Amino acid sequence: MTIFLYIIFGILAGVFGGLGMGGGTLLIPLLTIFLGLDQKLCQGINLIAFLVMALISLVIHYKNGYLETKNIYIIILSGLVFSGMGALLANYLPSEVLRMAFGVFLCVLSVFEGYKAFKKN
Amino acid sequence: MKNIKPSASQKSQPKDKKKTFDTQKKIDKGGKNQKFNSFEKIDGKRKWYLILAGAVIGFLNGFFGGGGGMVCVPILEKVLHLDNKKAHATAIAVIFPLSLVSAFIYVINGYIQSLPLLTVGLGVVAGGVLGSFALKFLPPKAIRIIFAIIMFAGGIKLIL
Repeated sequence: MTIFLYIIFGILAGVFGGLGMGGGTLLIPLLTIFLGLDQKLCQGINLIAFLVMALISLVIHYKNGYLETKNIYIIILSGLVFSGMGALLANYLPSEVLRMAFGVFLCVLSVFEGYKAFKKN
Repeated sequence: MKNIKPSASQKSQPKDKKKTFDTQKKIDKGGKNQKFNSFEKIDGKRKWYLILAGAVIGFLNGFFGGGGGMVCVPILEKVLHLDNKKAHATAIAVIFPLSLVSAFIYVINGYIQSLPLLTVGLGVVAGGVLGSFALKFLPPKAIRIIFAIIMFAGGIKLIL
């Protein structure tokens, strides 16, 4: 049963991730809330699952002509440094603190996304 | 389906050119940086925005193990003037190397288990392929709002 839920949650997150609506922000709360997995474990799983999925969707997006790689190297270079720092800090903090921080992050993101959806149409 | 693709790229191309022309004009007015005639170059101010954006996206993505893409999309739209679909696709290209670094740190700290990783991973890959093809048809307003509400509820649950 758990394995079944793992796969279902994975598919759900994958669809939203492929649509660029934030697969990880869906997958992590699904796994922690409904299956009681450790926050850090979920974050690690999400990162690796994303890497595999991203490889495939990058190929699809490239073929559809949606990739615009000009100038993004600037974001990537500074991002590389800070993503390492962020991951180190997360691994240093206890999972409960991280879980609460993630909850706040989700609320902020959802307000932002909701506002964007309203504004667009 | 095939009709959508060329018309979308045609639409965005003149728009992009116009934007770069505008920045070129600005640079010429200032009388400085005459060398920056190439469309590839971006002005210093936007460069700093991108560096700052990278820092924020990178930190969030490493700290929370995800979600960097959702912050990246609007930045690509505003600073690099990408249209919505291109911003979504390009955000994945931005997040990919960042996730590589943070995933490495999670793995060496032992935050990985083979069963959930393999099963969830399988689902994510299958779903991701579906979602990527569906990017041609962006999700309607209602779905986005429902998604936002679910996310908010999840956030509250995690805090409590």
